[in-house]
Amino acid sequence: MSEYFHSVRLDKSKCIGCTNCIKRCPTEAIRVRDGKAHILEERCIDCGECIRVCPEHAKYAITDTFEMLRKFKYRLAIPAPSLFGQFAGKLSDIEIIATLKMLGFDEVLEVALGADYVSMAYRKYFQRQDVLRPAISSACPALVRLIQVRFPTLIPHIIPIESPMEITAYLAKKEFAEKQNIALTEVGVFFISPCPAKVTAVRQPVASSTYVDGIISISEIYGLIIRNHSKLRHFPELLKTSRPRASSGGLRWARPGGESIGFSNNISHVQVQGIDHIIKVLEQVEMGKLRNVDFLELQACPGGCLGGPLTVENPFVARVYLNQMANDRTETAGITAEEFQGIEDSGALYFNADIKARQIMRLDEDIAKALEKVEKVENLTQSLPGLDCGACGSPTCRALAEDIVQGLANRTYCTIELRSDVRKLAERMLEFAQHLPPTMEKKTQEAKKDEDE
Amino acid sequence: MKMSFPIASDDFVQAGEASSKIKRILKQIGIPSGIIRRVSIAVYESEMNIVIHASDGEITLSVSADGIDIISSDQGPGIADLELAMQEGYSTASEEVRRQGFGAGMGLPNIKKSCDQLNIESELGKGTTLTMHFNLTESEV
Repeated sequence: MSEYFHSVRLDKSKCIGCTNCIKRCPTEAIRVRDGKAHILEERCIDCGECIRVCPEHAKYAITDTFEMLRKFKYRLAIPAPSLFGQFAGKLSDIEIIATLKMLGFDEVLEVALGADYVSMAYRKYFQRQDVLRPAISSACPALVRLIQVRFPTLIPHIIPIESPMEITAYLAKKEFAEKQNIALTEVGVFFISPCPAKVTAVRQPVASSTYVDGIISISEIYGLIIRNHSKLRHFPELLKTSRPRASSGGLRWARPGGESIGFSNNISHVQVQGIDHIIKVLEQVEMGKLRNVDFLELQACPGGCLGGPLTVENPFVARVYLNQMANDRTETAGITAEEFQGIEDSGALYFNADIKARQIMRLDEDIAKALEKVEKVENLTQSLPGLDCGACGSPTCRALAEDIVQGLANRTYCTIELRSDVRKLAERMLEFAQHLPPTMEKKTQEAKKDEDE
Repeated sequence: MKMSFPIASDDFVQAGEASSKIKRILKQIGIPSGIIRRVSIAVYESEMNIVIHASDGEITLSVSADGIDIISSDQGPGIADLELAMQEGYSTASEEVRRQGFGAGMGLPNIKKSCDQLNIESELGKGTTLTMHFNLTESEV
């Protein structure tokens, strides 16, 4: 396996080499070369911004297919809370869960229940004395990767608690295996995901191993649910065994502010969605601001997980349906102190390794050489037109300067500079044309005279 | 390597830009995270001091094998009582500025905490120059 696994891929046959994606990428991970986009593996954080912006739909996220279910004797589905906002209020939570079972899952456990556990764990975390403020939520995998790549100084601020998906996968697997008295290896857990970064999080976790065996996108399963839910009338018993267990708060994790619902008033929290806004806030944290904020809830997608690139419904509409569904749930999930203790003791609740920085910005491993390169980049950037047009295939003039210094691009890639060179050449040509050598001048004058006559 | 960044008085919107740019450069050089964090805080606080108190100023970054040096110089009122100014919570910022949440009297103390060496030269009515040094020898990652 290569050093980095990525869910976000490019369909070369669809890419027309336009520069929409290179301008949107928050880690400057895309270049257009030879008329096609190229994703720089070490920089990509799988946020899916390029999937959202590509007019040709050439960017996509690889997930697992339904075929993979066959690899396991028993199959469990753990749907993200965002799935429940996709059906225009026409399907109840019970119907959605029952339909998943009808489609071939032996058991379904909402990730919202894992979110209830994580909310409890976050509350407990803030009782500790050594919390580095602002503490940053770790649930959004694109965000954790953004910090690894662009804000490594903030890694100690990330709360070392697993995501709701991981807790749910552990719970689902353990409960089912115990009930059926079977080995854990016979059970496959499938996350139904709004998010390409979650695929990466499972294939290549930043700080732990995973209990998730496969990932199916909401957009793939959406059609199957729509087409098949009406057959539920033949399986009335499924409806009886498909009661959701998560609380209203757990379900609301799918939307902005959801992660902060469980906090009492003495925990101050700031919620930010959308990578551009998040970058600005993290810049401020690096400067020592926001020390008075306890909790930063950051979600890379506008609209929270409901706005994930693999969802179907518009996130702002989906939020209304999700809220309506949540209003009918109880406020607490009824998790007992023993149950919470059990998860805590199992070790599944906490990261079991440190998150590592990914040094993508460094220009050279040797500091002295890096210093030289920084100066070259500065000088080159000053000399480039500064339009950040992207026509060279690099996202900004500065990025082009960096690429040139790293030997990955050439100055002639700049079309603006080329145009001005062409103009200078044309001026030179005109000048040449107007000033003939003295030996030629007389002959030309005579020829002109002849013509006039 | 040496680079300068002009800072405009009263420009609260742009305050922090020098800090961001310097941070980016240090990341490109491969300076350890912990040091970048401290430089970033010190530069930001210096920027804010210029924005709040002085008429205009400049921040200069130089990096060499000996370490990182930041010089923040301004044409401002100067510091009347340096000992007081170094105390946490002491501020001469205007009431208006403080109402905006700035001027909490933590600027110079935070700068002192962040850098390895700090030298302050100040002349009343002329301006203030802070010289901050950060060692590169520690192995913070």
